[in-house]
Amino acid sequence: MHRVVITGAGTVNALGHDVPDTLAAMREGRCGIGALEFQDVERLSIQIGGQVRGFEAEGRYNRQQMSLYDRFTQFTLAAAKEAIEQSGITFSGDLAAKSGVVLGTAGGGVSTWDANYRSVYEEGKNRVHPFVVPKLMNNAAASHVSMEHNLKGPSFTVSTACASSNHAMAQAFQMVRTGMAPAMVTGGSESMLCFGGVKAWEGLRVMSKDACRPFSANRNGMVQGEGAGIFVFEEFEHARARGADILCEVIGFAMSSDASDIVMPSKNGAARAMEGALADARVNRDKVGYINAHGTGTAANDKTECAAVADVFGPHADKLMISSTKSMHGHLIGGTGAVELLACIMALRDGIIAPTIGYEEPDPECALDVVPNEARDADVDVVLSNAFAFGGMNAVLALQRI
Amino acid sequence: MSVKDKVIEIIAEQAVLESGDVALTSTLEDLGIDSLGLVESIFAIEEEFDVSIPFNANDPTEGDFDITNVQTIITGIEALIADQKT
Repeated sequence: MHRVVITGAGTVNALGHDVPDTLAAMREGRCGIGALEFQDVERLSIQIGGQVRGFEAEGRYNRQQMSLYDRFTQFTLAAAKEAIEQSGITFSGDLAAKSGVVLGTAGGGVSTWDANYRSVYEEGKNRVHPFVVPKLMNNAAASHVSMEHNLKGPSFTVSTACASSNHAMAQAFQMVRTGMAPAMVTGGSESMLCFGGVKAWEGLRVMSKDACRPFSANRNGMVQGEGAGIFVFEEFEHARARGADILCEVIGFAMSSDASDIVMPSKNGAARAMEGALADARVNRDKVGYINAHGTGTAANDKTECAAVADVFGPHADKLMISSTKSMHGHLIGGTGAVELLACIMALRDGIIAPTIGYEEPDPECALDVVPNEARDADVDVVLSNAFAFGGMNAVLALQRI
Repeated sequence: MSVKDKVIEIIAEQAVLESGDVALTSTLEDLGIDSLGLVESIFAIEEEFDVSIPFNANDPTEGDFDITNVQTIITGIEALIADQKT
């Protein structure tokens, strides 16, 4: 078994177009959620989201690339470039042949589906652009990262709704840990903030019209976000030999399935995933200083997640910190665990715990230290990152300071 | 068909019961309708009467729409239809 470290991180999300801007926003407890802007938004009953602003594809990508890159791919490529440049790794020769890219997305090219359905159904056109399929497919982003960075090893895309990127990173971790690949590019992305994407979510009646307030007694639902988080996972000795700056170590993961309900979360499934990650990492529960919560801001998730944390950690649950950064960047669905991993890295590397903003009223069913509204300085050695998806599919990662 | 009969028909279908088995005093829980079933029933009612029901699954008691039992749901929908006509 090899040790696995993170040597590069990149992102685009509502808080920033790179990691430094995103972490600065998390430190300041800034909210990236605002009024949505796109065609037909006035026909939605939910009109807020964590939309990425000022990210123009024009100028960033050429005409040919634009015809192939859905917005979720555009975010991914920008984040992957940042992560790989930071890592300083160059994929060539044997390293390139063995290294790959595993990404998560729930919807893939949702806005490409949306725009082309609009064109053929609403506008009555009978012809679509020849690259609609390669643009919208869920593995498009992973494919373009592989092409752009010469990654010729195992590459694929994982789709498990809101846990997609955690499942993807768990796979990448396992590949490096077992020696199958010396390095993997991993994470996830999502871009569903278009009329059809938000309309579908609206139907479930779980979205908030005003704000995402995880763990707060007056929370009234989730708020969607968009963007990408991409990382370089690398075998420890490989990273050390080339003098890489190591951000933190990935020490374990676990996945579980609720096997109960398609949308309602299960305390048992969540608890088993957290317990499994601790066991896989061979770390005692009282070593965990921070949990980046799934924390969607729905009535059901937040109370279930807090109950699961209480079950797993016992008295230590009252000592650890748990926060949900979805309050700031929104719920990036298949990309959310990846962007939230940045808060874990900030906790381990900088000793700063990102807050849960929008917190207004204590909820006795969420009676944990949720780091309300303001970031906090704290020394933590081990953190967990939770993701619990619709369909009852859970994935939890454990990370450690290095 | 009256609003009352149509609402009962929609709720009965969701509960996989005969309309005659749905009492005005029945709660959705009595009828075995869970939160997912409730959201589906509300959608079906909105489609049938072309109204928008203010309902957030995070807080079913929020807003003016009372889902205590079948009668309160019918009363709520009758009010929404009346509002729409004015």
